[in-house]
Amino acid sequence: MLGLDKKDTLMLLVVTALVVFAPILLNPFPAESSMAQFNAGYPDLMQRFVIFGILAIGFNILFGLTGYLSFGHAAFLGVGSYSAVWMMKLLTMNVIPAILLSVIVAGLFSVLIGYISLRRSGIYFSILTLAFAQMSFNLAYSVLTPITNGETGLQITLNDPRILDGANAPAYPNLFGAQMNEATTLFFGGWSFTFSVGYYLCGIIMLLSFYLSIRIFRSPFGMMLRAVKSNQQRMNYTGLNTKPYTLAAFVISGMYAGLAGGLLASMDPLAGAERMQWTASGEVVLMTILGGAGTLIGPILGAGFIKYFENIFSKINEATLEAWFAFLPAGLEDFVVAIIYPFVGKGWHLTLGLLFMLVVIFLPGGLVEGGQRVAKLFRRRDRQTTDAEPDTTRQGQIPPAE
Amino acid sequence: MSIFNPTRRGLIQTGVVAGAGLALPTYLRADSHAGFTNAPAGDTVTLGFNVPQTGPYADEGADELRAFELAVEHLNGEGDGGMMQTFSSKALEGNGIMGKKVAYVTGDTQTKSDAARASAKSMIEKDGAIMISGGSSSGVAVAVQSLCQETGVVFMAGLTHSNDTTGKDKKANGFRHFFNAYMSAAALAPVLKQLYGEDRSAYHLTADYTWGWTQQESIQAATEALGWSTINDVRTPLAATDFSSYIAPVLNSGADVLILNHYGGNMVNSLTNAVQFGLRDKQVNGKNFEIVVPLYSELMARGAGENITGIVGSQNWDWKLENEKGERYAGTNAFVKSFGEKYGFPPSQAAQTCYAQTLLYADAVARGGSFNPCSVGEALEGFEFDGLGNGPTLYRAGDHQCFKDVLVVRGKENPENEYDLVEIVEVTPADQVTYEVDHPMFAGGDLGQCNPGA
Repeated sequence: MLGLDKKDTLMLLVVTALVVFAPILLNPFPAESSMAQFNAGYPDLMQRFVIFGILAIGFNILFGLTGYLSFGHAAFLGVGSYSAVWMMKLLTMNVIPAILLSVIVAGLFSVLIGYISLRRSGIYFSILTLAFAQMSFNLAYSVLTPITNGETGLQITLNDPRILDGANAPAYPNLFGAQMNEATTLFFGGWSFTFSVGYYLCGIIMLLSFYLSIRIFRSPFGMMLRAVKSNQQRMNYTGLNTKPYTLAAFVISGMYAGLAGGLLASMDPLAGAERMQWTASGEVVLMTILGGAGTLIGPILGAGFIKYFENIFSKINEATLEAWFAFLPAGLEDFVVAIIYPFVGKGWHLTLGLLFMLVVIFLPGGLVEGGQRVAKLFRRRDRQTTDAEPDTTRQGQIPPAE
Repeated sequence: MSIFNPTRRGLIQTGVVAGAGLALPTYLRADSHAGFTNAPAGDTVTLGFNVPQTGPYADEGADELRAFELAVEHLNGEGDGGMMQTFSSKALEGNGIMGKKVAYVTGDTQTKSDAARASAKSMIEKDGAIMISGGSSSGVAVAVQSLCQETGVVFMAGLTHSNDTTGKDKKANGFRHFFNAYMSAAALAPVLKQLYGEDRSAYHLTADYTWGWTQQESIQAATEALGWSTINDVRTPLAATDFSSYIAPVLNSGADVLILNHYGGNMVNSLTNAVQFGLRDKQVNGKNFEIVVPLYSELMARGAGENITGIVGSQNWDWKLENEKGERYAGTNAFVKSFGEKYGFPPSQAAQTCYAQTLLYADAVARGGSFNPCSVGEALEGFEFDGLGNGPTLYRAGDHQCFKDVLVVRGKENPENEYDLVEIVEVTPADQVTYEVDHPMFAGGDLGQCNPGA
């Protein structure tokens, strides 16, 4: 279907189903139960799942296919956000122009950075992109304050011009009148499921980007990118100029990041400089490696994994822990809480770091490899094992460090 | 087939799927349940406390959280009731808010607008918080305040000192008890004149965000009115931890006063750097070199240690206020007592403002008879109260800013213990720091309409 082979179609359908039913799947615990802490099915977090999914899908086109490790993708995300907010300040609160402009501006910006950075490969490329991203961050943070509003963040106000909007136009980002924060909550016994306009818009755009990324992976262009990753020198010796291919991959990936930034600003009309910081760039790399670099679905899983930790684990505080372990004798309770506390709340980075180490050491192919190993356990032995690993075998395991 | 060569069938199929996708949002409309966002169901009501637990303002955040916990305890009728005993309004009965037990959720703003909004959003969307409080950075407060306006919950600002919070960026759903940069400058100016004279040249180091900008603007205007000149104003990033490269140029600039428009960890670091560079022992233009820190707190004084001795600044409140300045500041001792009994040390001004805000919110709900943000707003606008430690206070209707006395303080020469680091130089009456709603430093914003949400 849609020019995909059977396996890819199935994957696309599975991802579609996950996106459509996420509000239900992510809220497995009744709202009043003590496990409700772990529910992730509220609009803001679901939007983050899919938006950072888009970012990671785009990053994977560059990193997974060509092996070029960019440490500056947050810059494109930030540029996309700023363009989107400016579009909402000047033109209209409709998100379509905002998203379009964010993709275009991020694309142009990535042509510029890519053209310079791609003159080098390997670690030098990474350092160059990191330098550019850090430069953009500092520009946004202090130098370009009139455009970016610095640390405070660029926001929309009541008296922005918005020349295309009439007097009665909604003052919140919307899609032809349907506001992004509109939501319907369905109650089903003790469970409650929230379906929001913003999430489904992001979800649809994510599915489109995912489809596009499958097509790129399976196209001759994608094959060329993989050839760049396996041996760029050999390609150059055969007389083939690889630069246009790598630049195209870089720009596509930058546009994905811009799209993510534009969506982020459309869901919540504020652009802060922090989203361009190098830690944000590093986060994308983590997402991709955690999920499985070079696989189609890995980056989405990685993005969801990290965002879940950031938003759910960081909110477990000491009082919550005490409530959980209240059944233990007093001395033991304090002990258990003292042991666990450093790993939750503001210590969530520690837990994430440990998990990341475990994944890198024991599952070099990321969560996708974990899933495949589990699947293999349930498979009949006489089946050919190569069948079970379509992506990793087809695309090589982890990218070489060049 | 490649992506560059779609088949006709492929194109049509893609188009149909995309079209169906785009049409989907029209079927997803909010059901119009009457009332307001997160109307409390059942017998509990949830408040969201969003404070910095990491970053340069983490100390303030930790103290704010302690105050919130104490306030919730008192609202639920546990403990000794703290300032509820002295509060002039008697609508609160210690049975929660309107009979509903108060529960709370906490979050980490990381002193970043993005993270703060994400945290506040999850409180509103996931935990059903009806009111968000907290702060400690004006950038964050402004960002979260506008989020609360959009989603239709009340924002009770914690420690936020920028003029913009109730000026350019004011919102109908947001309320501020803390004082602001203009008030600091207005209270400091006469004291500075008396201590350092009228012929001074100042060098500013300013935290580069909304608070620093307005703080610098206010203090510059106030000191220039005294006859001081301004040599330079250098902006420093909020995330900076080492200020030596900013301090070095001060030495030969010809300035004889350094004004540090820094707060929290920033101020502790920049002041330490300034002292290390020997600024305090310096003589310029035949006068002693002086350092001024417009916004001060006990927590910062503790962080800066003996470097703080003799340095002048302003505060919203101090735990010794009632002991030193008498009955007018009733409530102070009651609060210090219950805070001290629970945590073992006196509260900071950040704690006091957060505690007061929580009580004021609960009281406004009780007096208005509803959790609806519009009813809360109506109850708070123009509300005059007393007994929360600051003396008689007015919540002005025009910009949702509280007006009360401002303290001018100085780092103590010989502190008796580690909590007694600050001495109160003067208490400036509220009249002297009051300004018009449309004062130029606060102009350009609009409260808008109160938004009860869906």
